[in-house]
Amino acid sequence: MRSPETSSDLLPQAARRDFLRAGGALVVGLSLAACATPEGSGVRSGMRALPLRLREPQSTPPAADRVDSFLVIHEDSTVTLYTGFAELGQGTTTSLLQIAAEELDLGMDQIRAAPLDTHLSPNQGGTYSSASVQRGRPQITAAAAEARRALLALAATRLDADVARLSVARGRVRARKGGRSVSYGELIGGQRFELSITGKAPVKASTEYRLVGQKHKRADLAAKLTGQQVYIQQQRLPGMLHARVIRPRGQAAYGAGARVLRVDDSALASIPGARLLRRNDFLGVVAPLEWDAIRAAQAVIVEWESPPTLPTSAGLHAQMRAATTTDNVVLERGDVRVAADEAAATVVQRGNAPYQAHAPFAPNCALADIQPEGGLVICSSQDVHAARRGIAALVGLPAEKIRVQFGEGAGTYGHSCYDDVAQAAALLSQLAGSPVRVQFMRADEHGWDTYGPPHVGEARLACDANGRLVAYEYHGWQHNWSLVETTSQLAGAAPATEWPPVAVQGVNALVCGGMYSIPSVKLVNHRLPGLQYLRGAWLRSPLDLAFAFVSEQAIDQLAVQLSIDPVEMRRRNVKDERWRGVLDAVAEASQWNAARVPGRLGNERIRRGRGVGLGTHLISHGASVADIEVNLDSGQVRILHLYGALDAGLVVNPLTVEHQIEGQLVQTASRMLLEEVHFDAGRVTSLDWVGYPILRMDACPAVTPVVVQRMNERSTGAGEETMAAAAAAIANAFFDATGRRMEQFPFTPERVLETLKAV
Amino acid sequence: MAQQRFTLIVNGQTHVIDADGQTPLLYILQNDLALRGARFGCGLAQCGSCSVLVDDREVRACITPLAAVAGRAITTLEGVAAWHARRRDLARVPDMHPVQQALLEAEAPQCGYCMNGIVMKSAELLDQNPQPTEEQIRAALAGHLCRCGTYPSILRAVQKAART
Ligand code: FES
Ligand code: FES
Repeated sequence: MRSPETSSDLLPQAARRDFLRAGGALVVGLSLAACATPEGSGVRSGMRALPLRLREPQSTPPAADRVDSFLVIHEDSTVTLYTGFAELGQGTTTSLLQIAAEELDLGMDQIRAAPLDTHLSPNQGGTYSSASVQRGRPQITAAAAEARRALLALAATRLDADVARLSVARGRVRARKGGRSVSYGELIGGQRFELSITGKAPVKASTEYRLVGQKHKRADLAAKLTGQQVYIQQQRLPGMLHARVIRPRGQAAYGAGARVLRVDDSALASIPGARLLRRNDFLGVVAPLEWDAIRAAQAVIVEWESPPTLPTSAGLHAQMRAATTTDNVVLERGDVRVAADEAAATVVQRGNAPYQAHAPFAPNCALADIQPEGGLVICSSQDVHAARRGIAALVGLPAEKIRVQFGEGAGTYGHSCYDDVAQAAALLSQLAGSPVRVQFMRADEHGWDTYGPPHVGEARLACDANGRLVAYEYHGWQHNWSLVETTSQLAGAAPATEWPPVAVQGVNALVCGGMYSIPSVKLVNHRLPGLQYLRGAWLRSPLDLAFAFVSEQAIDQLAVQLSIDPVEMRRRNVKDERWRGVLDAVAEASQWNAARVPGRLGNERIRRGRGVGLGTHLISHGASVADIEVNLDSGQVRILHLYGALDAGLVVNPLTVEHQIEGQLVQTASRMLLEEVHFDAGRVTSLDWVGYPILRMDACPAVTPVVVQRMNERSTGAGEETMAAAAAAIANAFFDATGRRMEQFPFTPERVLETLKAV
Repeated sequence: MAQQRFTLIVNGQTHVIDADGQTPLLYILQNDLALRGARFGCGLAQCGSCSVLVDDREVRACITPLAAVAGRAITTLEGVAAWHARRRDLARVPDMHPVQQALLEAEAPQCGYCMNGIVMKSAELLDQNPQPTEEQIRAALAGHLCRCGTYPSILRAVQKAART
């Protein structure tokens, strides 16, 4: 007979709960084998996985200013690196290991990363804005340099030699060639440094680097190709129940949440062990078997209140543009109106952007075991420390009684439903009195996402007769972002509130003209209250695609008016050598030909076009060239080739960053051609891959990633900074092909035909 | 719910399963047999995350009822290298299917979650058509999504696997 117990017993690496009392506080220990890359998983490129050896968990995160919080040196001179960053499938862990191994003079086969866990990992402030390497490199470098200084001091005593004469290779310290040596393990293996990170320990110059800045293969990919990797969706807790949430199919306005009018769970009687659980408007089911939990969620009949208050996806931008807004000037320099009046050429460009979904390939999943005195939650949160606070508030326990462990899922690219499902798991575990695993279904994830927010933009640009920009004015309309997770909101634990108006929600001064030197600039935010709109927050390069879509089309309009080549136009205006560097790099990679005549490629009915764009996210520098094809009869746009150049300062691992650029370009193609969340007045209606199509293999462009390596610059974000540029390049290529400007994306055939017909 | 006894042949091993015959194969593979190749992505036959081979053809385990595949030869990601060796009469089972090896060398996976479907569908393709054109590869994999956008690397890898 099947039972959940036998199911989990069959899992060779199933997590084992192990409660133990430590220092009066309940600490929930979990066999971490399930979170880690398993050993001996066949062929490995680069290195063999080392067995995990983890320190004792503690309920407050280890201090971020202590060496021991980051590094543990074992007796065999291998090292475990603890960081506060999540591996989101982008290979960042490999870069962080390179940084530590470099400073400590270790081989990459001598170092491994500990899993992310509130009870093990220092708090480095969440894994946001593609900034793991940007924020992590200085911290990890400083910790490793401090450790190295201490190790050399110990070695000098042991070897009776001058510190200045010591050299290190693979964790072994030598006084001179062929002389006596001592290993890190012999010096301190298994013991603590008990040192603060002073920031004063000498660090290597970039000219001495042998690992950092070099291509290095990821160690986790063999496991991911062979079924050895244990994704969070595949983790299990002993004795757990399978759970599903019950929500309306598709969210209504953020402020409206979802109100239950009537529930009928009589059908559950025929499903073994199925139970309906409820707190206020939060509903879920549990059952011993997963398929039964899925059936149970469908069998419960719920009548939801459905206030028809949304603007509909078709009416969205008109409502945003007409709404009463709270305005603020982001940046003002000179007088744009006066400068524009005196200019040789002035253009206006408008553009609308839709809601777009994170739509991770696997819907989010979490496991929880909440007991009266404390609990464990395993989830894919980008910030386990913040997730812990939200969960603790929801279940009414002090934060230090909750342990949150990160489990790797599918790539999320921003704030998908990972915290929502973590809260749902915690709440359902508490209500069920049992460990649970909650897997969101496809419609939950697509329908209850915190979407990448929509945008209405207007740019007015002017330049002199030589193509030098003299005035730049940008107005952006966007609504505030949602702060409260759906589970907390429906359970009545927290009312819908908005993010404080942080800069990332508004007009981005870097993407909107920030790459050019322009004497007169005015950037204005028109903020709309968020409660009447869909939930919105970070989606890989949020709003930037929209800003660049508007702004860089305006630049191109000026170039066309003055008959200046678009690359040349940008060369005349870029503000520094780093923007110039990515522009030149992408022009070279794409063999940009300034003499070519627009729209002359392709045939009568299938036109080819080429465009260029600049852009970034919060930092770094991106440039892109797009080659596209537009079918004038069908309105079909095909992207043939995308080139993307990225300057992210010192790129620790150019191989993973090349792959990042590749992914960014493909995702941008998808977002520009296909992706749009649809909703009627009541709810979101695009609830799966048919309603919300993304780019597929058959339509995938060729891509050429170019990493502009700057060994002497600080490392900055590399996970999203070519997307805005690529969005702009695609839009400009469309004009090049057709002589028409798109004012809204995605470029669906209907929209394209409309645009081609309008003029 | 009608509990019945089924015989399931997975990667050459026979299992006896007592379950409702309507249960999709995916949940049996992942919960009863603790296999990690086939995995949940959509449950709607739209993404390819749950792909397995049934009698050498790619099938979506998320919508395939257990009763429909009882007694048939099911191959999962865990068994695809051995399946390949059998189909090609190789003397030795390689560590990986050539497509897995090529995807690894191309560093194709990012999160890697979609790679089950990519490997299984590519394995089926190369089994049916050892020298596919680029267009044939693109068409074969058009039903397998990758949210991380690794398609260009996948394409290169499958082309390389076809050459070896
Ligand atoms: S999970 Fe089966 S096709 Fe998506
Ligand atoms: S590698 Fe992440 S979905 Fe394909």
